[in-house]
Amino acid sequence: MAGTGTPVLGRRPPSLRVSAAGWSFVAPFLVVFAFAFIAPVIYSLYLSLFRDQLMGGNQFVGFANYSAAFTDPKFWDGAGRVLLFLAVQVPIMLFVALVAALAIDSGRLFGKRFTRIALFVPYAVPGVVAVLMWGFMYGERIGMVGWLNDAVGSQVLAPFTKEWILVAIGNIVTWEFVGYNMLILYAALRTVPGELYEAAALDGANQWRVISAVKLPALRGALIIATIFSIIGSFQLFNEPSILQSLAPTLISSSYTPNMYAYNLSFTGRQINYAATVAIVMGVLTAVIAYVVQLRGTRRED
Amino acid sequence: MNDLKEEAPMSIKRNLTRSRRVAAAAAVTVLATTLAACGGGEPGSGEEPAEAASAEEIEAALEEGGTIDFWTWTPQAQKQIDAFEKAYPNMTVNLTDTQGAEDHNTALQNAISAGSGIPDVAQLEYQSVPQFQLPGQLTDLTAYGFGDHEALYTPSTWGAVSQNGGIWGLPQDSGPMALFYNADVFEEHDLVVPETWDEYVEQARKLKEADPDKAMINDDGNGAGGVTSMIWQAGGKPFQVDGDTVTVDLADEGTQKWAEMYQQFIDEELASDIPGWTDEWYQALADGTIASIVVGAWMPGVLESGAPDGSGKWRVAPMPTYDGTPVNAENGGSTEVVPEGSDDKLLAAGFLQWLNADPESIKVFMETGGFPATVAELESEEFLGFESEYFGGQKINEVLAGGAENVVEGWQYLPWQSYANSIFSDTVGQAYLDKTSLLDGLAAWQEENVRYGTEQGFTVNG
Repeated sequence: MAGTGTPVLGRRPPSLRVSAAGWSFVAPFLVVFAFAFIAPVIYSLYLSLFRDQLMGGNQFVGFANYSAAFTDPKFWDGAGRVLLFLAVQVPIMLFVALVAALAIDSGRLFGKRFTRIALFVPYAVPGVVAVLMWGFMYGERIGMVGWLNDAVGSQVLAPFTKEWILVAIGNIVTWEFVGYNMLILYAALRTVPGELYEAAALDGANQWRVISAVKLPALRGALIIATIFSIIGSFQLFNEPSILQSLAPTLISSSYTPNMYAYNLSFTGRQINYAATVAIVMGVLTAVIAYVVQLRGTRRED
Repeated sequence: MNDLKEEAPMSIKRNLTRSRRVAAAAAVTVLATTLAACGGGEPGSGEEPAEAASAEEIEAALEEGGTIDFWTWTPQAQKQIDAFEKAYPNMTVNLTDTQGAEDHNTALQNAISAGSGIPDVAQLEYQSVPQFQLPGQLTDLTAYGFGDHEALYTPSTWGAVSQNGGIWGLPQDSGPMALFYNADVFEEHDLVVPETWDEYVEQARKLKEADPDKAMINDDGNGAGGVTSMIWQAGGKPFQVDGDTVTVDLADEGTQKWAEMYQQFIDEELASDIPGWTDEWYQALADGTIASIVVGAWMPGVLESGAPDGSGKWRVAPMPTYDGTPVNAENGGSTEVVPEGSDDKLLAAGFLQWLNADPESIKVFMETGGFPATVAELESEEFLGFESEYFGGQKINEVLAGGAENVVEGWQYLPWQSYANSIFSDTVGQAYLDKTSLLDGLAAWQEENVRYGTEQGFTVNG
């Protein structure tokens, strides 16, 4: 006992002891956090200030990589693409997830447990496997799309074309993550106190009224969380286009998304310094947008 | 010279574990080599020749034994190692199968950057050699008397391993181009085996008319390797490297000649665009959807393992030419190298030498479908007389080896060829996709390469 021998009345101010004990509890986390998060970020920042060339070796270049990134059309093309993806795919996905969560929560759905699991299962499929599976289904020669087109007798579906490839990727991502978002929303719905429903029933509210007056307001926090996760996910888009690239190399460029660009810069282009710069710029961009969404979301709540 | 402090004790420590006196001599040699190799730090400047290790010293070190790490994706590697360890019972070779060139290069680059886990011997495609050699990451094997082996190999493969004033490896295999075609499809539609590219295009039109579901060739717009080889054959020399000066001219006479010819396949939609190396591709090769393919001499092994159902249907013919005069190019092929970071270069060089110069190893390599780079084997009756069951009993090696004799000399790859290939579909590939001008696509590819090369510290003309 640390307190043994000290007079009870003469104890030190508690704050110091509390903070010491607190730090020791937090320390294991902090150590892991420092190694797994802080250190890589600092190392990336360090890397981004240099340029390692095939001829001439490694040299300090200050912020030259950053000024290059800000005027790099490939980077901004990719960033624009994920923004477009974010603007279209995320609302659709969250709307589907919302409808699914409300439907399951309504208690009027036949086979509620099955529906819940069935919607969630795609999230349990490893992303790479999911994309390979969809890539196979998208095949116009031996895939499901080819079979559908043959059945209809014309080319109604053409996922591997310039016009549709981003939609095809959006479809895969939606399939993968609707269940995950549904679960976040459904969990929030389960925390709505029963009295609110009773009160609504007493007031004679129908299901639609209950949804708009009770459930949706209760979901706001969860929706903001889901939106932020989706924003981050969209900006980090990598698995889907990267795997589909082997099936449609001319449609998906090596700088299709910022993450793919950073990956290809470092692993095929040996430009780890510039790749680190791209990653940092994109990370800051993502953080800013996610933060703005969070601010707006919470302000409305007040 | 900074590396010296770190490397010298390591070599001493390693060598202390050896028991016999001979080892001492070997240790001195290793140290001397390390010293010399460290001295030539300037990349591309031609390293100081390392102090020579004679054939006897190499032999003695191998007899003495030790352990080395070997990274490769050669299917025959384990069998070759088995034979090596039988010949030198005190040697242990740890094999790491790196699956394929792309992952291999990434892993090797990472190990070299990290400065640990670097293999003693590693496979590299010919086109990737400069990428590792220029920053000083490969050992110049001239000091081990490897120059004496020049006569063993075909001129084009020897040229690929000896550049910029050093010898960086010994050729493992070669890939002279040839025309592989599905004889069943040709017979069914009354097509003739083309000798010129004009005839080839003509046959492609005929096939498309007769059966729109089939295509004479397949091109997914991602085949930088095949395209550079076809430009090579057309007499193009778009990449010229002289020290740190690189010239990129993807509109030279030969390149234009190829582009003009190949544009017909694109404009008239004579090529299918099945993504290469996928199940769909193998299936199309097996069932005749893809009627022919112009590719390196390593293709028979790929067909046999990937498209077994095509057995008996395929044949091989010389690569089509522009005017009927036999002329050829290489497509793919690899060498083994000793990374600068290897901690036992003498043993590494000894193993490498055995692997690609010893007749026993080459025999093992060829028995399981490898296509050699050594003149003696390419000319041996056993090799030339081999009747391939998959090819309906055709003596395929006669055709393939014949192609090796007509390879255009003077071709060079870019020092950053693997990066260049990775952006091929972003640039030239767009011409395939949009059915636009290949020359425009090539110009875009050139622009990207000039930019990249300049960023990497080269003086790039283009």
